[in-house]
Amino acid sequence: MPRPGSVPRWAAAAGRWGCRLLALLLLVPGPGGASEITFELPDNAKQCFYEDIAQGTKCTLEFQVITGGHYDVDCRLEDPDGKVLYKEMKKQYDSFTFTASKNGTYKFCFSNEFSTFTHKTVYFDFQVGEDPPLFPSENRVSALTQMESACVSIHEALKSVIDYQTHFRLREAQGRSRAEDLNTRVAYWSVGEALILLVVSIGQVFLLKSFFSDKRTTITRVGS
Amino acid sequence: MAVELGVRVVRPRPGTELGGVMRALLLWLWLATPGSALYFHIGETEKKCFIEEIPDETMVIGNYRTQLYDKQREEYQPATPGLGMFVEVKDPEDKVILARQYGSEGRFTFTSHTPGEHQICLHSNSTKFSLFAGGMLRVHLDIQVGEHANDYAEIAAKDKLSELQLRVRQLVEQVEQIQKEQNYQRWREERFRQTSESTNQRVLWWSILQTLILVAIGVWQMRHLKSFFEAKKLV
Repeated sequence: MPRPGSVPRWAAAAGRWGCRLLALLLLVPGPGGASEITFELPDNAKQCFYEDIAQGTKCTLEFQVITGGHYDVDCRLEDPDGKVLYKEMKKQYDSFTFTASKNGTYKFCFSNEFSTFTHKTVYFDFQVGEDPPLFPSENRVSALTQMESACVSIHEALKSVIDYQTHFRLREAQGRSRAEDLNTRVAYWSVGEALILLVVSIGQVFLLKSFFSDKRTTITRVGS
Repeated sequence: MAVELGVRVVRPRPGTELGGVMRALLLWLWLATPGSALYFHIGETEKKCFIEEIPDETMVIGNYRTQLYDKQREEYQPATPGLGMFVEVKDPEDKVILARQYGSEGRFTFTSHTPGEHQICLHSNSTKFSLFAGGMLRVHLDIQVGEHANDYAEIAAKDKLSELQLRVRQLVEQVEQIQKEQNYQRWREERFRQTSESTNQRVLWWSILQTLILVAIGVWQMRHLKSFFEAKKLV
């Protein structure tokens, strides 16, 4: 029988567990997220993005060039101390996963400095940690029912479907951009070539005629 | 008195009454750490544009926060009043669907009515040029599209959904987004096919025309030169 004035057993237990849980949570990196951005990179330009990441967070950087020139870009990822974690030149598509070894601001840059006149459109997806949970409350650590875990696995599967869809959309945009380029180039080239053909062939005939015309005048002069 | 094994009745010790407050504070600190917003630097008159290729009837929510570099303290201080960003959103037909001025911290929302590439452009309205003085503005940006733009806490509160119902609701929203994207994909594939067929037609007509021109030019050249040489009594 609990003595009057004392804390009920369940409240005390809850209090102890609450404190331990909180201490544990503080060690774990906070809710993360993903940033998906498509931006335009003009010629001779460099664009950098920064993000503050906590130690121990697993991050993924994925990028793809959608339109422009040879569809390639330079990419570089640095940690807070300036150490280069990833550096690739003229890459069309790549994916890089790393675990943050220290707290601080991580920086990644895309450079189009090797190109003189083509603008590029670059897509990147920077995933930091896990996605924030649906219920930002303490009791999410409690066991999930079977229905809930089924929902969670469907959610994860759908997320990967959406991810594949995005990649497909980007590839299709790239292919479409190339096809439209080809179409305009064929149009200009065929009109240009027709004109050149006409000019050259008519010019040939008149040039040839001019050779014989000069000879004729000399002959008549000599003859008379 | 408690006789069960392993359980002690804990009396609140003096000084632990603040335990609850501390716990709340720690929880707040953990949750309130700034969101994973990416940031970049933008110059005074620079305009930064982002492209979102989205199907129709999709909601897009953008959150941004700006910070100005304080030269004296050599760090980025939180927002200064008078500093604002001008946000402009154009639809695939280059029609402006949103053009508004926001403060140093803002949130813009729009829903697409036509599928395609929407362009979101940001540039600062430097009303206080002296503050800027060739420095850079740090902009934290977060753009959420479609299902990610939903605020589930709000939906749960408004429709009074249980945890399981909310999870299922999230799945329904995700599947709807996938459906919309697939429809948009079908439209895009048709456009791609039209472009390819047009290129194919152009190449076909051009090669036929080129052959005809070559033959015609050849025949004309021969006839013209023949009559020319006959006139000169060389043939």
